[in-house]
Amino acid sequence: MDGLCQHCQQEKATVLVTDNFPEKRERHLCEECALREGVIFKQKENGQQILQQFIKASASIQKVSARTCPTCGMTLKEFQKRGLLGCPNDYDVFGDLLAPLIQRAHAGATHHVGKMPPGLDESARKRTSLRRLNRELQDAVEQEDYELAADVRDQIKELESA
Amino acid sequence: MIFDDPTRSTGEWLRGEGPLADVVISSRVRLARNIAEFPFLTSASAGQKSEIFRAVADQVFACADDPQAELIDVKEADDLDRQVLVERHLISRQQADAEGSRGVTVWPDETLAIMINEEDHLRIQGLHSGLQLDELWSRLGALDDKLGARLEYAYDKKFGFLTACPTNVGTGIRVSVMLHLPALKLSQEIERVSRATKDLRLAVRGLHGEGTEAVGDLVQISNQTTLGKSEEEIIKSLGETVIPKIVEYERMARDELLKQHAEQIDDRIWRAYGVLSQARCIGTEETLTMLSHLRMGIHMGRFDLIDIPTLNELFLLTQPAHLQKMVGRLLEGRERAIARADYLRKRLSQ
Repeated sequence: MDGLCQHCQQEKATVLVTDNFPEKRERHLCEECALREGVIFKQKENGQQILQQFIKASASIQKVSARTCPTCGMTLKEFQKRGLLGCPNDYDVFGDLLAPLIQRAHAGATHHVGKMPPGLDESARKRTSLRRLNRELQDAVEQEDYELAADVRDQIKELESA
Repeated sequence: MIFDDPTRSTGEWLRGEGPLADVVISSRVRLARNIAEFPFLTSASAGQKSEIFRAVADQVFACADDPQAELIDVKEADDLDRQVLVERHLISRQQADAEGSRGVTVWPDETLAIMINEEDHLRIQGLHSGLQLDELWSRLGALDDKLGARLEYAYDKKFGFLTACPTNVGTGIRVSVMLHLPALKLSQEIERVSRATKDLRLAVRGLHGEGTEAVGDLVQISNQTTLGKSEEEIIKSLGETVIPKIVEYERMARDELLKQHAEQIDDRIWRAYGVLSQARCIGTEETLTMLSHLRMGIHMGRFDLIDIPTLNELFLLTQPAHLQKMVGRLLEGRERAIARADYLRKRLSQ
């Protein structure tokens, strides 16, 4: 295979990638660009294998993202180690990096087309709000912001009596 | 309840009824769900795991359509009881061995079970004998909606239901069918299964989900992808196309075996009966193999000393944890092999 990578135009193309979806086409990529796209160099692929291969392969990419999830502290490195994400927010934080992996693992699919969750009923919404407010109250007291604490306490009382 | 008398096994799948039951042992559907406001189990603290466990268990109790659905605290259970749950396919090996607050709510006939705090906050699972994917899905879907109205599921418009592992994202559905394929194995035509499932993104496995060696001639087929197709599409492609085709292959192979090799088949079946009813010492693997021959014999109409429900009971109660529960104490390998043989001799002489 001669020539430069068709994607970055910088490194030598050493990998021939044949895509079958959405249509059949062949591309010549360098190893790094191929890895970034979630291409795995193995014959048989299933979900778990793809995941493991991606994790092992990605570890060798030089510029690994230093991004951290503000909610749970997950990093790409940590995900690579465990193969599991830390919280729902990770899909937002690492969405762009996860997308090629997900696409590969699910035979080219990129979007959910199945059922949606039902709307939350009244009492569930109230429960969730109360839990959130109680956490806010705890934080305010810990930070000794008693004015805020009093405010949150009022909100809780109002919600509970509603 | 389950641990009081595991010999009184009430699992519906043991009845061995349902469509295509001569080849399809059971159908399973499971949904993976997480609650939006908590981290996944991977990052949850011990305190959070307890909170999640409480919140989910309460809502499951409220939504259960059967007042006898029982919550089992897996964290507090001892190793043997956990193993019993694994052998009944009510919890996974992973949940038995994990740390932190976790449990499973089980319906009395064991057709439904909800694992709490395994890899995801909830794993809603249904199990029926025979090929009954549509009924399972309709039941699970309804329960899922009820729970979803009370617990805010982690959900994203693009990626669907959010799971700890990206390989489960989207529908979070795993549909599996357990098949008994002794004739295809014997005629060395088991490759037909690989060909029928090729390029369809299906996982084909031996009995306990690991390895590819079909122990007891049992093969499990499940979907591999969970994103990009609707739940109905996934169920349909398995239940209406692939499975019926493989069932047909097995049935044809059985007919062919009877036509060409009736004496050898009978010999195999009756030797299996001989071993099971006379052995003084027998391991799990050999037991499963012999039971597989008997199962084939019953469905082929060449053996009628026991029926399928009894066979399924033997299948379950000779497994290590169930055996020890029956005997009433922990047993070492050799003792188990003897106890197993004793139990089989007793049951088969009735």
